[in-house]
Amino acid sequence: MNSLKMFVRIALVVAASFARAGDPPAAAPASETLARGKYLVTIAACNDCHTPWKMTAEGPRPDMDRMLSGHPEDMVLPPAPKMPEGPWQNAFAATSTAWAGPWGVSFTANLTPDRETGLGKWTVRNFTETIRTGRHLGRGREILPPMPIPQYRNFTDEDLAAIFAYLQSIPAVKNRVPEPRAPETVAKNAM
Amino acid sequence: MRAGLPTPLFLLLASMGVQGIVRAADVGTLPEHLGDTGLYASGSVTQLQPDVLQFSPQYPLWSDGASKHRWIKLPPGTSVDAAKPDAWDFPRGTKLWKEFSHGGRVETRYIERGMDGVWRYASYVWNASGTDAVLAPAAGIRDLPVPGMRYSIPAQDDCRACHEGSPVPVLGFSALQLSADLRALTSRGLLTNLSSDLLVRPPRIAAKNDTERAALGYLHGNCGHCHNDDGPLAVLEMSMAQRLDTKTPTDAVVRSLAGVRSEFRMPGGTARVVPGHPEASVVALRMQTREARAQMPPLGTSEVDVEALSLIGRWIEGLSVQ
Repeated sequence: MNSLKMFVRIALVVAASFARAGDPPAAAPASETLARGKYLVTIAACNDCHTPWKMTAEGPRPDMDRMLSGHPEDMVLPPAPKMPEGPWQNAFAATSTAWAGPWGVSFTANLTPDRETGLGKWTVRNFTETIRTGRHLGRGREILPPMPIPQYRNFTDEDLAAIFAYLQSIPAVKNRVPEPRAPETVAKNAM
Repeated sequence: MRAGLPTPLFLLLASMGVQGIVRAADVGTLPEHLGDTGLYASGSVTQLQPDVLQFSPQYPLWSDGASKHRWIKLPPGTSVDAAKPDAWDFPRGTKLWKEFSHGGRVETRYIERGMDGVWRYASYVWNASGTDAVLAPAAGIRDLPVPGMRYSIPAQDDCRACHEGSPVPVLGFSALQLSADLRALTSRGLLTNLSSDLLVRPPRIAAKNDTERAALGYLHGNCGHCHNDDGPLAVLEMSMAQRLDTKTPTDAVVRSLAGVRSEFRMPGGTARVVPGHPEASVVALRMQTREARAQMPPLGTSEVDVEALSLIGRWIEGLSVQ
């Protein structure tokens, strides 16, 4: 497929995602777009943090039954460990979905298209602005480590549209991720 | 713990900016000095150019108690097209400034609509002697040394976050905000196509009482530029913007808040607004914190607006359960 066709198809995905309520249903994204999005999600290591990991006979593996659904809401974590003085300052949960550090505790987001707890209501603009600005929905609180915003913000618009199209195509998982914990809470609880 | 340990470690370092690449700023064409933007007479940093108009919105944005001055300048012979009451169309070449002072002048924010139709945003930081203001870096400045407070110059992304959340990036120069000035602006030729209804009956928030009018006005001026039903945050289905093209804008705002579950959860909060109970209303709870992960507005302020918090509290206490 030549690049012009790819561009046109991705542009259609972008346009469809900007559509407002009341507009006719958008056409499904092209299979090439979804494949591109899946490829980018894979090599950008989204599953490393947004899919809960579990222990298997072969060692820790991402639990693909909960693919990209973020930190499990039923996994209530105790306070993060207080790190000793010195260079060690971060910790993360065995699921790889909760991270503690100087910023507090962050929980990875549900990226599945569930409308209540995931990205189901989002538009491609919401997604693009979130990655570009490092703020929730492009204008809310800052996205916390370990999300590599300084790198991901360099994705092209076409890349982000393809990633978003793919994320909208995966199975929806209802999972309400906890709000992040402030650093003060970490310090106080850990003492 | 797992074989793939290096990847999250890489992500952690990357997220902390270790290998970050900052996108190019979009302000390359803006002047380096405020004095060259067209606000002041040549060689002055106090005397305004004659075609610069000062204005004051009736529901101003809270800016940590800064005293502010605002000005607009239109290209000669042009006017603002007010045909759409909630989305005025500003001519290419429009310039706006907002000066922030805490004792002395700290910064002047600047918006211009270029001749290419693109809106650009910048902030100019005043020197201590008040003789010059220089273009701030695109990433902004955190914790500028201003006596008695933490003061931050917004980043370019911050400018866009607030100004590009509604149909028009100009926030304080609108029909509702300038309700008392519409006739004067029209007679001066600066405003065209304003509906005769709005000239005869300048817009006023239709509220049950003065407290509700003031509260809804505050929410409009401080929250409505993001929380509206025709910008990117429409997906939240929470509007605090008063729309003049709607017959019942007040009801629409209250309906989107009162008794509606908050997507953001915080201790004690049970809904966006709980009629009669500001202590359980997430809107009020987020207004009264400056913890970075929870505060509202999320940027542009590090001090709670105590007076407004009291106003919103009184309004919520007076709301009846539907």
